[in-house]
Amino acid sequence: MAHILLRHRDIPDINRLDVYQKNGGFEAFKKAVTAMKPTEVTDVVKASGLRGRGGAGFPTGMKWSFIDNKNWPHYVVANADESEPGTFKDREIMESNPFQFLEGLAIASYAVGATAAYIYLRGEFWQVAAFLDERIADMEKAGLLGDKILGSDYSLKIFTHLGAGAYICGEETALLESIEGKRGQPRIRPPFPPAVGLYGKPTIVNNVETFTNVPPILVNGADWYKSLGTPDSAGVKIFSLSGRVKNPGNYELPFGVTFRKLVYEYGGGIIDDRPIKAIMPAGASSSLIVVDDKALDTPMDYASVRTIGGDLGSASVIVIDDTVSIDWVINKTIHFFKHESCGKCTPCREGNYWMLHMTERIHSGTGTQADVDLLLNVAKQMQGKCLCALGEFATMAVVTGIERFPQDFQKAVKA
Amino acid sequence: MSLAQKYPNEVNQIMAKYPPQHKRSAVMPLLYLAQREEGCVTKSALKDIAQMLEITETDVASIVGFYSLYHDQKAGKYRMQVCTDLPCALRGADRFLEELCGNLGIQVGETTADGLVTVEGVMCLAACDKAPMFQTQGPDGIRYHENMTVDKTLELIEALKKSGREVE
Ligand code: FES
Repeated sequence: MAHILLRHRDIPDINRLDVYQKNGGFEAFKKAVTAMKPTEVTDVVKASGLRGRGGAGFPTGMKWSFIDNKNWPHYVVANADESEPGTFKDREIMESNPFQFLEGLAIASYAVGATAAYIYLRGEFWQVAAFLDERIADMEKAGLLGDKILGSDYSLKIFTHLGAGAYICGEETALLESIEGKRGQPRIRPPFPPAVGLYGKPTIVNNVETFTNVPPILVNGADWYKSLGTPDSAGVKIFSLSGRVKNPGNYELPFGVTFRKLVYEYGGGIIDDRPIKAIMPAGASSSLIVVDDKALDTPMDYASVRTIGGDLGSASVIVIDDTVSIDWVINKTIHFFKHESCGKCTPCREGNYWMLHMTERIHSGTGTQADVDLLLNVAKQMQGKCLCALGEFATMAVVTGIERFPQDFQKAVKA
Repeated sequence: MSLAQKYPNEVNQIMAKYPPQHKRSAVMPLLYLAQREEGCVTKSALKDIAQMLEITETDVASIVGFYSLYHDQKAGKYRMQVCTDLPCALRGADRFLEELCGNLGIQVGETTADGLVTVEGVMCLAACDKAPMFQTQGPDGIRYHENMTVDKTLELIEALKKSGREVE
């Protein structure tokens, strides 16, 4: 099947405006601004069943319909922070099929009446931002951005904004703080951004991949999109496959493909053909899933992954084989979360600090079973008490790792 | 010389991105600009940016402290930041970092004697399928180097030494 999102894999040079337009590019945007009311655009997206691709899976059209029309101006922000360990799909979209993303962002802006949109990129995407700036300039020259676009009354400007190395800025309210020139610390919610967002104004924040789905939905219709994937999870998803597989990389597949197919068919199987041991389906934030036949044959959609004790999240599938000990894995994940905790709320700041001490001790071989028990206890104490999802995420691999792979910890503390 | 005097075009472009009543938003791009030449944010740059945006120097310093890509200390001309996060580590990133440092005769976090490169371990850079990988942060901005070997990295360092600049 031809790609819907990673179209550059089928069409060379689609990152050039003329090539993109020759292949149907900006037809959807044109249709929206010249022939559709903003609410009609939102209705199509709602009917398509598109859910946010950043991890939470919130219905996109519904989010757009929450925009507060009593308070103006409105903003749209693209979350291009892509910092979850194991996630590298948005970067490929922006580098290789940038116009489809920008077109989706422009359509979303039209749907909610925003005349300015920001793309928030992690600071490490310095080259990507410079590349997007050039693409945005191309669009301005072609009359696809600016004042009175395509003869309509609609005007829009798109700007890039670089972060500077902070995972927490992927959280949408921290991201907005960061654009406002402040430290990237999450806000207390509610209010949610569609009511109070950037500069206190109604704002829609969506992931890069989410926006990239919008142009084909508008061109081909909601029913077409719903015919892909599963009833619970419509459409296609880019799965970032990493870890101990032969062919790591991004794979665009309909929701509902099994783990087995992703790992063995697309990923080429495990390095040295070793046995597979565990999967983290949502990057470092995920639970560790014990891999058996049942897990391998589970369809990858939001509802099914829950039945095997995980969450699909951003679909960043990290594969772990039998050469790897789980106490090392959680030492790595906690190292990450300790570094990235923003420090605003106590359970996350202190919890991660102490969890790192304990995983270090266990992993270095100087720990005891009492350390493992205490670690599990601290992780459970943190759950449900943190200001944002980061604190919660930090506990996932710890709790599921200790509960589902106890033998690895017994070995680590005995050795 | 102030940033606005030194880089008038860049400063104007940055300021034009944000609503005039919200110019504080420009603090992050201005810090990148200030850091470009010096390799770190100097005291006078803090003052300059604070004045331009009508915020306090403490406000600006808190941004430098919060975000890991801003530095208040000088290091090597290039910071070579190797990703050692879980997915890369599953593909040999820790060993790569260790061998690289061994070859350069430094510890992780240290700078080579000629002041050219500081080698650091960092968190995921969204290139997990191309490990071992690192980014270089220096006068030419931030660049990615993927599917690297120690030999290729040593060649890159040699080239940096000769040309003084990072070329594609
Ligand atoms: S883990 Fe190294 S780039 Fe993602």
